[in-house]
Amino acid sequence: MNLMQLTAAECGRMIQNREISAVELTKAALEAVCAREKTVNSFITVDEIYAVKRAEEIQKLIDNGTLTHPLAGVPMAVKDNICTKGMLTTCGSKMLSDFIPSYTATAAAHLEKAGAILLGKTNMDEFAMGSTTETSYYGAVKNPWKKDCVPGGSSGGSCAAVAAEECLYALGSDTGGSIRQPSSFCGVTGIKPTYGTVSRYGLVAYASSMDQIGPIAKDVTDCAVILETISSYDPMDSTSIKRRDTDFTSALLDDAAGMKIGIPRDYLEEGLDGEVRKAILQAADVLKEKGAVVEEFDLGLTKYAVPAYYIIACAEASSNLARFDGVKYGYRAKSYEGLHDMYRKSRSEGFGEEVKRRILLGSFVLSAGYYDAYYLKALRTRTLLKQEFDRAFARYDVILGPAAPYAAPPAGSSLGDPIQMYLGDIYTISANLVGIPGICLPCGMTEAGLPIGLQLLGDCRKEKNIIRMAYAFEQTRAYRRSPLAVSGTADHK
Amino acid sequence: MPKQYETVIGLEVHVELASKTKIFCGCSTAFGSEPNSHTCPVCTGMPGALPVLNKRVVEYAIAAGLALNCEITKEFRFDRKNYFYPDNPQNYQISQLYLPICQNGKIEIETEEGGRKSIGIHEIHMEEDAGKLIHDEQTNCSVIDFNRSGVPLIEIVSDPDMRSAKEVISYLDKLRLVIQYLGISDCKLQEGSMRADVNLSIREKGAEKLGARTEMKNLNSFKAIGRAIEHETKRQIERLESVGNILQETRRWDDQKGVSYSMRSKEDARDYRYFPDPDLVPFSVSDEWIAEIKKRQPEFREEKMARYQKQFGLPLYDAKVLTETKELADLFEATEQICKKPKKASNWIMGETMRLLREKGMEAGEIQFSPKHLAVLIDLVDTGEINGSVAKEVFEILFEEDMDPKAYVEEKGLKTVSDRDALLAVIKEVIAENEKSAADYRNGKDKAIGFLVGQTMKAMKGKADPGAVKEMLREMLARTSGS
Repeated sequence: MNLMQLTAAECGRMIQNREISAVELTKAALEAVCAREKTVNSFITVDEIYAVKRAEEIQKLIDNGTLTHPLAGVPMAVKDNICTKGMLTTCGSKMLSDFIPSYTATAAAHLEKAGAILLGKTNMDEFAMGSTTETSYYGAVKNPWKKDCVPGGSSGGSCAAVAAEECLYALGSDTGGSIRQPSSFCGVTGIKPTYGTVSRYGLVAYASSMDQIGPIAKDVTDCAVILETISSYDPMDSTSIKRRDTDFTSALLDDAAGMKIGIPRDYLEEGLDGEVRKAILQAADVLKEKGAVVEEFDLGLTKYAVPAYYIIACAEASSNLARFDGVKYGYRAKSYEGLHDMYRKSRSEGFGEEVKRRILLGSFVLSAGYYDAYYLKALRTRTLLKQEFDRAFARYDVILGPAAPYAAPPAGSSLGDPIQMYLGDIYTISANLVGIPGICLPCGMTEAGLPIGLQLLGDCRKEKNIIRMAYAFEQTRAYRRSPLAVSGTADHK
Repeated sequence: MPKQYETVIGLEVHVELASKTKIFCGCSTAFGSEPNSHTCPVCTGMPGALPVLNKRVVEYAIAAGLALNCEITKEFRFDRKNYFYPDNPQNYQISQLYLPICQNGKIEIETEEGGRKSIGIHEIHMEEDAGKLIHDEQTNCSVIDFNRSGVPLIEIVSDPDMRSAKEVISYLDKLRLVIQYLGISDCKLQEGSMRADVNLSIREKGAEKLGARTEMKNLNSFKAIGRAIEHETKRQIERLESVGNILQETRRWDDQKGVSYSMRSKEDARDYRYFPDPDLVPFSVSDEWIAEIKKRQPEFREEKMARYQKQFGLPLYDAKVLTETKELADLFEATEQICKKPKKASNWIMGETMRLLREKGMEAGEIQFSPKHLAVLIDLVDTGEINGSVAKEVFEILFEEDMDPKAYVEEKGLKTVSDRDALLAVIKEVIAENEKSAADYRNGKDKAIGFLVGQTMKAMKGKADPGAVKEMLREMLARTSGS
């Protein structure tokens, strides 16, 4: 049996039943990594020796009954912007190419405690800035469905690793769609939780007011189990919220009866690819058949979300990334004259183009004379957008739509036109601006053989609504494995 | 007639708060430890680390605000001040620009003419201190100690209400006293726990409009502040009269040379790109919390002075001196509590205690001895067990070693000899040995008695009551007419 074909929860159950061992499973994962990395490049760091040793230790704890968590002994990967004590954490950047954290992020620590086997760290757009995972200092990630296409981003490494069956699940981070959009492109499932549900402590900040860590896996069940494990109120994170309703697995119900689903008319209009549109509307029909009420409505302000997002995200990023200066850790230019020259050269050489573009943009909108016109206006837009969503959620339990306007585009086609790339975030970024949860799961295929993702958005703290709808929809179709996972090549058709 | 100018001064005073832990992490604020021994991912700006506000710091800031008659901002938040410097690990300082914790306060100071004047407090905001850069000449290297990084500060910004160096010093004195009474900082200028920047401009007397101002930094003592103000006023008047304008700029005071240098002009003024810190959510201050802090406010100087006069019957002068620092006031009150002799306690503190402090160059905060032992000493004198001069000697030891004076007096045999017979025997001997003085006295030279008292005290090694000795000498000399 190919163990990597299973879901994380299935593996966890078999480990608890002593049908397979954590070591056996870990070795299978490492073999898959070994075989597919050359094609997909989804990892920046893989620590085989550590992973096997850890699996042996975890197996002992499972054997003596100490560890009973459903994910105990299951190999996974963590996006490389989430700090892991003693393991390289680069954020996909030359700037942090030698950075080894002295502490582990809270979310990763929760999984560690549950007995997860960390295989390594996944590739990503540099500092999570990008929608294609092509801006990484460690090379672009390839889409496991078609290696000439991008996997999406910025959590492209995590999504590709799951789709390529190199690990059973992964952690990603989502600031503007960075979990949902690559999940859509790679045919896997990912959740961006309500802002504050998962601690940001140890997540290298891109845009602090929107960053959230979330799970990426093969199905809704896995995502619910993982999210349940990593959600916590964290006194180390001031933006963390206290919740009692994080028993997300209780929402895994094949039942859409009585649920009200709204589809924003704007989301279906120009700019949306026809195949994607068709798949989304079919998914809506499936949920209608399952008992949900589905209708279209006007969300409003949709076109302002992209500019507001990029102003706020870049403003925060320009300040968050100021600490990377070559003084304390990370990259320092080889030769320089004096302090300011060291700053200038280290940052010019250490950061990639997209990161520099966003730092400049952010510094500009916060500058004296522009602050009101850009930054404050964007904040006001954010408030208005929140009101729009509040109105929508007064009528609907779930908002349904695409996660991206199209399936995975060809590699190399996006970075040349950043504005076009930013506009591709239109369906995902609102959730980050207003702090609501969203899930993306596969709902169909294009003619070209690329997956299409369905996005479901819920109100704040209402993950259970979207998990329930996603689960109900998922029951109507089988999980489709990527060509890379099936045959070892990503040359579909 | 030459033009008459008026100096207009506003102050920005940084005060390091005495909380045990830093403002945004759990690291200790202790001074003088091994470099980087009080650090963590948060205060060294490690990637992924997040700030969490120390509630005690807010409490201290509110206490200061209440003492300075400020309005407390019910919904306050923090902003990031962005600038690059290696002592600032995140390359932004977490501070408050848009919604500072306290606003619109005022305090009264005494003016040169002895009148009173109200100085407006524009705002008080909280912020974090930076680390310390150390330049090693030998290795031509700079190293950073982050122990101070994240130590809480408040910045008290006054309105431009002061008109002279004297008013500025008076304001600072008042501020320092209030803060020391609150116990939220030790306010030492030399050690940097209190730092003042002076904003100064001049204008023609009677003019309404403010002139262009300069900001003076690096003022490390009250004396330096006084000198810098005088110098800057003169410099501005000279420039205004010769060049015709004042450049808005930041200047650095060099106290050794007694001059200031321009650091940066308005044109090079940094754009700090302030914006609300997204890592710290807005905080609300409840009325209950403010009331609680208010209830715990200490008795301030004015109230203490009034009470000392009324409750203890002390003269105004005593009340003033004793309340000059909180430490002296505390010492006085604790001593009085035990011995119930307010005037005597006051005398010991204003006299011997302050004399020794001055002599040893110490501050009131460094006093080692306990009020209990001072009270015992006062009682020993009061009951006549030791005399005044022995008491002073004992006090000098007490000041250093804080021993129990009663045990010490017993052990060293310093008790006044009250045994009349023993004293008479000594007196007889003294008279016999100093016949000339005895004769002088009998011949009407009253002064001679002083010498004989001195000789007797010497023979008694000081352990006698000089008054009693004098009486007995007179008696004895009257009874014996010499041989």
